[in-house]
Amino acid sequence: MEIIMSVLIGLLFMAAVYLMLSKSLIRIIIGTGLLSHGAHLLLLTMGGLSGDAPPVVADGVSVADYADPLPQALILTAIVISFAVTSFFLVLAYRAYQELGTDNMDLLRGTEDHE
Amino acid sequence: MSNLLLFPIIIPLIFATVLMIFPKNLKMQRWIAVIGAASTFVAGLFLLAKVQSDGVQAVTLGSWPAPFGISMVSDMLSVLLVLSSSLITLFVVVYSYSTIGIKREQSYYYPAVLFLMTGVNGAFTTGDIFNLFVFVEVLLMASYALIVHGGEKPQLRESIKYLLVNIISSALFVAAVAFLYSVTGTLNMADLAVKIPEIEATGILTVIAVMFLVVFGFKAAIFPLYFWLPGSYHAPPVPILALFGALLTKVGVYAIMRTYTLFFTMNIGFTHELLAIIAILTILAGCVGALAYFDVKKIIIYNIIIAVGVILFGVSQMNEAGIEGSIFYLIHDMLIKAALFFLVGIVAVLFGTTNLRKMGGLIKTYPVLGWSYLVAAFGLAGIPPLSGFPGKLLIVQGGFEGPQFWGSIVILATSLIVLLSVVRIFIYAFWGEPVETVPLKKSSYYQMFTPTVVLVAITVFFGVGAELFMPFISGAGEVLLNPSIYIDAVLKE
Repeated sequence: MEIIMSVLIGLLFMAAVYLMLSKSLIRIIIGTGLLSHGAHLLLLTMGGLSGDAPPVVADGVSVADYADPLPQALILTAIVISFAVTSFFLVLAYRAYQELGTDNMDLLRGTEDHE
Repeated sequence: MSNLLLFPIIIPLIFATVLMIFPKNLKMQRWIAVIGAASTFVAGLFLLAKVQSDGVQAVTLGSWPAPFGISMVSDMLSVLLVLSSSLITLFVVVYSYSTIGIKREQSYYYPAVLFLMTGVNGAFTTGDIFNLFVFVEVLLMASYALIVHGGEKPQLRESIKYLLVNIISSALFVAAVAFLYSVTGTLNMADLAVKIPEIEATGILTVIAVMFLVVFGFKAAIFPLYFWLPGSYHAPPVPILALFGALLTKVGVYAIMRTYTLFFTMNIGFTHELLAIIAILTILAGCVGALAYFDVKKIIIYNIIIAVGVILFGVSQMNEAGIEGSIFYLIHDMLIKAALFFLVGIVAVLFGTTNLRKMGGLIKTYPVLGWSYLVAAFGLAGIPPLSGFPGKLLIVQGGFEGPQFWGSIVILATSLIVLLSVVRIFIYAFWGEPVETVPLKKSSYYQMFTPTVVLVAITVFFGVGAELFMPFISGAGEVLLNPSIYIDAVLKE
């Protein structure tokens, strides 16, 4: 199972890198979304995928059957953080499109008094 | 009181939250912000006295036993950094009064500064690797808000790149934490320091160590990963730039220092030599930029990169002189960079431009400004009685004692380039034919100049009174060189 997940995560990272290297800003933001999905799945996989029972204390479940609760808490934290950053980034991209009139990263280079 | 080490994190958090309530009341915003920053600094002083008398302070949140809860640890290094970052934030708040503009002040500027301070102080104090990630995100989120604050065109353009680079490095941080967790099964730094030497497969740990170097290298702007910094830091106004230049890269430097002295010590021959080579390349890359530009902000920005290289070279040597030197230089560099950005900020306001070629003759009308700039410039380059000297001396000594003696020679040679780059500003802006300056009210000039000159005076005192500060510096170095002190303090209960 871990092998399959690793391959999937690798594909997600690959797609993210491809999208982030493109010119259009919205494709870059989609790339960051895929990148954080990959990172979160990686966190889940690296915690180990053994254990079927959800990490809630219940009768008749031995310790070995529980899924590791720590990576789940870490993922939850990382999700809300990347959610906040992504929403900020989307608004920034919208504002930049309004002010600068382009979403092409090639046209966003340099400074006014470029030397 | 055992919770004393949390005060530098909680105080700015509370003050920032209170400031969110009445954004339009200018007077209250200014007063409460400055009181918040000052009381954080005072809390830091108490913490310094406590750590000096009782050794490393550690508290595990929620009173759970150490590796299971989140540990907050204050050793001498983190206290010194908390203290200097609080001091710089205090000066930035005062300097902002007359430079940032009322419109910005009324749109949550001071809360963002205090949230940034919360994140920085938290990152310096935490003893848990995932908690470090969270605090880094806290300070990054505040820095996103600050870098785009005001919404001018260059700011919008550059903050897109700044955001993108930091999102990528944060995702890599999560991935690196995931790998580290799967190998060791713990996130607590002290527990990691116990577990990592017991693991025999050093290959994977070396890979993880290099991954962390990449992650923190993005934040600290080391050689191949510094490309985002010059453009991004050029965009925001000077007080924000001073805050970023003094604090943000230093969090990355601190994180490299902490991880590479506390737990990634299993394969020093590879990881630390890599760090030394990268540090030297960072210095050279910074030097090229510092000489290439005729823009006062750009010159000082490239000097940030040079200083990061110098500090990391000291860390990579892993001997007493190298580590102590880099701690001294780290604190010196935070103070002097803030002072220099303040100074070039005043110069840029007076001329109405940052282009050196359009400046000249300021020494005739503003002599005190000129001489304090010269003192700060000499301090940066490391002229003996001033604050850049003791740190660099120890780093160079550490390099000669270690295997990379050629690194010390590069540092000595590039000091001349640093001096040249900052003295060039002095020559162009202060000497020569006077150029017409923008008329400025005396009161607003003094509002800018007073915090600046006090900060310059502090850096001079830090250099001249180096003997006074050395016990603290060597106390910090001792903990870094003997991780057992740190581990015992956290895991004792």
